[in-house]
Amino acid sequence: MSNHRLLAMFKDFDDAFEVVDKIKGKALSTVHIDDVTMMSPIEHPQIDEKLGNRPSNIGYFTLMGAIFGVSFGFVFLSAAQASFLVQPQGGKPVIPLPTNFVLMYEMLIFFAVWTTVITFLGMSGLLSRRGTLYSEKLTVDEIGLVVEVSDTELESVKDFFKENQALEIREEKV
Amino acid sequence: MSQVIQDKVIDEKLEWSRINADVIASMQNPRLAYWITMAICILMVAVAVAAEVYQYKYGLGAGGLNNPHMWDMYIATFVFWIGMSHAGTLLSAILHIIHAQWRKPIYRFAEAMTTFSLMTAGIFPMIHLGRVWNLYWVLPYVSDRGIWPNFRSPLVWDAFAISTYLSSSALFLFIGMIPDMAILRDHTTGWRKKLYGMLCLGWRGDDRQWRNFRRTYMLLACFLIPLAISVHSIVSSDFAMSIMPGWHVTTFPPYFVAGALYSGCAAIMTLFVALRYFFRMEEYMTLNIMEKTAKLTFAIAMVWTYLNLIEFSATWYGHNIYDKELLIDKATGVYAPIFWTMIFSGMVVPFTLCFQKLRRHMPTMLVVSILLNLGMYVERWMIVAPTLAMSHSAHQWDILFGTVIQWGIVFGSFGWFGLLFLIFVKLFPCVSMYEVKELCFHLKHEIEEEEREKQHAIKADTKVPAGGGASPAGNPGLEGA
Repeated sequence: MSNHRLLAMFKDFDDAFEVVDKIKGKALSTVHIDDVTMMSPIEHPQIDEKLGNRPSNIGYFTLMGAIFGVSFGFVFLSAAQASFLVQPQGGKPVIPLPTNFVLMYEMLIFFAVWTTVITFLGMSGLLSRRGTLYSEKLTVDEIGLVVEVSDTELESVKDFFKENQALEIREEKV
Repeated sequence: MSQVIQDKVIDEKLEWSRINADVIASMQNPRLAYWITMAICILMVAVAVAAEVYQYKYGLGAGGLNNPHMWDMYIATFVFWIGMSHAGTLLSAILHIIHAQWRKPIYRFAEAMTTFSLMTAGIFPMIHLGRVWNLYWVLPYVSDRGIWPNFRSPLVWDAFAISTYLSSSALFLFIGMIPDMAILRDHTTGWRKKLYGMLCLGWRGDDRQWRNFRRTYMLLACFLIPLAISVHSIVSSDFAMSIMPGWHVTTFPPYFVAGALYSGCAAIMTLFVALRYFFRMEEYMTLNIMEKTAKLTFAIAMVWTYLNLIEFSATWYGHNIYDKELLIDKATGVYAPIFWTMIFSGMVVPFTLCFQKLRRHMPTMLVVSILLNLGMYVERWMIVAPTLAMSHSAHQWDILFGTVIQWGIVFGSFGWFGLLFLIFVKLFPCVSMYEVKELCFHLKHEIEEEEREKQHAIKADTKVPAGGGASPAGNPGLEGA
């Protein structure tokens, strides 16, 4: 069972990707590519290609937010208009759809945006308590690879990273 | 020189550590001009507060508002600030979706402009309402009397649209800043470290966060574009849905949107020059970026000009006597100087942007951008004031150029916007550090790629036998590739 987490720092994306390729090529028999996390100051366009497909499902939640927004808009406006029949309507419909569409459209966007943001915060693990394995150089120009290993493999994985141009290795107990 | 090198907007050799250091240093040590501008803004806000207190005490009549001028300059200023807010959407959302890389060093302050313009615009309906304490009546809350706002009114649509736009654009701005907050958390000390530590929400820059970040940012950008267009269309409906001459115009929604983008772009140019100087950002806010912004502004200016001419010709050939008389009066009556200022500033001055030398001269661009925005402000005034002054009933005709109180409040709104903006750029980076790094990274790779292709081409040329014959394999130049 993995009980150590290692962070290996690399000079650039090329060095980090080389290590990722080696892990994919089973250079470390106990570490699977799906368990590797890459930390970087920018998003490299090839990260997905290298680490494998890791889908983001935020779009589905956005869609749900949008559907909720437009439905809520319709129900809210209609309920308000229908409950106030005392107001003279002058022959106009009690629930006027064309004008309500404008506000339903606004509510669609309002709820879609908020749902997207809340989902982003949740799915990205923001606002949650995280481990201490981090380096300030990750927001400058270095790239980090995080893997989880057991006691028995710890030294061999460290050696592997050192052999592959790791500038620094940090570890924490899980 | 290759196209990539010729078009590059920033020096790709900038060290990433230097980008962090430069931007952080700029936030801590602005030039003296920054503090002077801030003092002027505070003074302007003080004038507006004094004017508003006076108006609050003596009523809207003190501001010159009466029948027929029931909203006048306040609503014109409201439209102006709403328009200004479209800059962030254009520069950030639209250019992000089409992958225009040059926006990266300057989109942050354009987004901030959006949020602060909306915050400024939101004040004006409150001010011209008169009874500010009844503002909550436009909100759809459940009251014990069962009274709801009239959802058919464009004014209620305004309240919905603007609050949606304000919250969405503020979220867009905030989400885009999270990686930069993490940089600041890691490289500042004291209260700043604490503040940015809270605001970065625990950002660590792992692949999951980046993936979700990109997806979220793109989704927000996609929502912000139709939202921005709907907001200004709704604002135009405040006028177009009435039957007043000069307002009941079919082209008003696109005309308002084009005007909004136009004034937004002009404001970006003004702030570009100011921030470049205040924060010594010459290496990041480069002349090439200014050139591209100026070209974009020119294109939008031409769209706006076209829509203006369409409106004039539709009125002229429409033969609606009230509309036609109003148009003639705008061009020849008491409002004529303002009308011609609008035509000159909005339609003629943009042609200065056709000259490369001028586009690369910062003081000229500052003057031009201020003139463009002057044109856009008076355009809004020309929409509102002449129609109110000269509507259907001749007995109601009345000319108003605004009282000192009105001018004071309008003047102060610029100070209020400036103050919010200046505080923002002092507390938060006006240049997006991670996006500039991405820009340098991509640019470097593009140049390297081009160099490699050039080398291959040279090698292939030297290997082709004299006379341009085919290679031994029968594929000309293939072995060199």
